[in-house]
Parts: sequence; C-alpha cells; structure tokens
Amino acid sequence: MSRTVELEIPSKPEYLSLVRAVVSTAAALDPMLSEPRIEDLRLAVSEAATNAVEAHAALDGDERVAIRCDLDDDRVEVEVRDRGSGFDLAHDASPPGPEAPDRLEHERGLGLPLMRILADEITIRTADAGTSVRLVVYTSPRRDTAT
Amino acid sequence: MRIVAEVSHRDGWVVLRARGELDLAGAPALRREILQVIADGAQRLIIDLDQVDLIDSTGLGVLIGAVRRLGLSGGELRLVCSVPRLLQVFAITLLDRILVIEPTLDAALAHVGTDQPS
Repeated sequence: MSRTVELEIPSKPEYLSLVRAVVSTAAALDPMLSEPRIEDLRLAVSEAATNAVEAHAALDGDERVAIRCDLDDDRVEVEVRDRGSGFDLAHDASPPGPEAPDRLEHERGLGLPLMRILADEITIRTADAGTSVRLVVYTSPRRDTAT
Repeated sequence: MRIVAEVSHRDGWVVLRARGELDLAGAPALRREILQVIADGAQRLIIDLDQVDLIDSTGLGVLIGAVRRLGLSGGELRLVCSVPRLLQVFAITLLDRILVIEPTLDAALAHVGTDQPS
C-alpha cells in the first residue's frame, strides 16, 4: 500500500527546515527504515530542495517548490520539483578531490555529490518547464543500484 | 536567523561557537561572523560545531571558504566536532582530509601540524 505526503513551500531558505522535518517524520512512519537511513534521506532531500530554492531565486515571480514523499513497502521515495532551469547535467560541477591544489577555490558543488552518496537512487529530469529530482532510499540498502 | 555564533578567545585563538543548522538559511550568518573576525584581525580561528544540528553543502562551502581566506593571510582554521552525523558528512565529502577536526576544544588547541591535518 502506498502512502503519500505532499508539501509545497515558498522558495525561501527558511522553509528548508520544514521540508527536512516533514520528510524525516514521514519516513519515520516506515518501521523498516533505520534512523541513519532517515538521516541520509533528510539531508539528500534538503540538498534537492536547496537547489530548487536557488533555482527559483534566479526567476521572477513567486514560484513554489513541491515535495512529494511516497512510502512504499520496500522504499521511501521523495520527489522535489521546481520551475527552474535545472542542472547542467552535461557539465560536471563537482569540486575536485581533496588533494587538488585548487580544492579550496570551490566552495560550491557538493550538493549533487552528497545526494548521489546519501540516496540509493537518484533520478534528475530537467526541462524548460522545470526540474524534478527523485530520491529513493530502500528499507534494505541497495546502494549498488545508485545511478 | 537560526544559526547563532558566540565569539570568545583562548590561548591566542578566536573561538566561534556555532549553534543551529548550517544550511542555506543559517550558513550565511556564520559566514558573516567569520568574515567579521577575520576583518578584526583574527588569523587563528577555531569553529566549535558541537551545537550544530545539521551541515549541508552550503555550510561545508562556508568552512572551505574560511580555510581559504585564513590561508591567504597565513592563518589557520581548526574545527571542534564530535557530532557523529556531522563527522559522517565530512567523511563522505572527503573534507575530513582538508579540515582539521578535533573532538574537543582542548584537542583543537593542542593539534600538532598546522599545514596538514593528521
């Protein structure tokens, strides 16, 4: 049986804590999901929502960020949708490794790597109409399926 | 502002104790505090993260920026952190290889090796 929780927030940084609270509280309803995995999902979703808020900051208007959390039998799946221009997936913006001489020149770019590490699966769909980031955490970790 | 930073001094170091969440909402306030203490002349800075509930990519970026800025003037940043969740974030982003992280303020003050974290 699928159980769904939906949330829509103004594109303001101060609402990110609300997103984290709702997602972690919803995920905690799944008795099979361990506390560390809930924490992983909480931070991954926070990163996705942060990207959405920042994407909307570049737009005029009063765009909102939509979060949908599906509790399934074997997984918790969260989708974060925005109306921004999305990720440039062709360009890897990840910072260089810790040994790189210019590592300290890169203060940004850790959001996507964090999402990839913390979630079991991540799917990013980006189009002119906006971007959706789908994050999945399985009740039994299946990190080998991460993309 | 959900991040609160208290400034104190110890053994020639400026100590910033941060509380709250270092995310897009809270991290800018810590960045302002860091810039202020550097502008006031601090070169040796310790940021105590033991009362920080969450750090994300924005908060990590603030710490990276602090290391860079202090390094430009021959200064140094050390962190106090014993929060497992934060330590995990430092580890999975490999920033524990760049940042000097000690579990207590005394350990941070006593840390040996100013250029390379052990």
